[in-house]
Amino acid sequence: MDLSGKTAIVTGSSRGIGRAIALELGQAGASVVINYSSNDAAAEEVKKQIEDSGGAAVTIQADVTDYNQCESMIQNTIEHFGRIDILVNNAGITRDNLLARMKAEEWQDVIDTNLTGVYNCCRAALRPLLKQKSGGRIINIASVAGIHGNTGQANYAAAKGGVISFTRTLAKELGSRGITVNAVAPGFIETEMTEILSEGMKEQVISRIALGRLGKPEDVASVVLFLASSADYVTGQVIAVDGNLSM
Amino acid sequence: MSVETKVKEIVADQLEVAIDKLSAETTFEDIDADSLDVVELVMALEEEFDLEISDQEIENINSIGDVIKYIESKV
Repeated sequence: MDLSGKTAIVTGSSRGIGRAIALELGQAGASVVINYSSNDAAAEEVKKQIEDSGGAAVTIQADVTDYNQCESMIQNTIEHFGRIDILVNNAGITRDNLLARMKAEEWQDVIDTNLTGVYNCCRAALRPLLKQKSGGRIINIASVAGIHGNTGQANYAAAKGGVISFTRTLAKELGSRGITVNAVAPGFIETEMTEILSEGMKEQVISRIALGRLGKPEDVASVVLFLASSADYVTGQVIAVDGNLSM
Repeated sequence: MSVETKVKEIVADQLEVAIDKLSAETTFEDIDADSLDVVELVMALEEEFDLEISDQEIENINSIGDVIKYIESKV
């Protein structure tokens, strides 16, 4: 799984799953763009970690909900590393609430970041990817909530379900150009996003996971690395990384 | 360089066809260009001639001659 000479952009990679993905791709030799929206210090920390292990990385602040910012991020990437090979759309937020209580703003914020953000980054990356004529890898981080639905997450599940359908469609549109497009659907992964769950709830979740534990960000990152490197003949797929969670 | 020569060069390069096979009458269908090929060609033309071609305008472009006529009307 050697990614030397390749450039990877990982959106939302200052922490959580994105951070683990950035580190994993950097470890495999890719030059990594660490995109973040606000946590400058955390992004710098990821950059330092990649550089300390001999890799190349740069941090780029960009709000994925804004197309122009995504376009500058792509231009910036090419100025820095000369090309782009791998795009990992990971940036995501949650605004959980039962639908009966869900405000329009909670709905919209999640759709804007988790779904429109994926469109913005893919759209902006497409011109250089096509121009390079050397294929490419797009990996979208969805969620098992986007497959099964999840109480309190109508907004999140809708956005992630959208990401899955978007992935399947883009795989068809870009297959002839050697660009693969796949989605990874994490289950319950130990991050700040799931930290809010009470111990009781965690126990209850774990009882529904065949592997008997919550996932780690690295569990997701290793599957992303597989899709970014050796999975030459895999496209339009959704891989659940959930320890076989029954929802 | 004339617009015609430049357009033919871009088409030949983008769609990987021999430039001497291209004439004003050549349609995209003739050279087996699919819809994404046409989009890629449009992106290359936009860059080369520094203009923006709308989706509606793309629909009316079916041959090399159409492209040349369109570019000449814009530059």
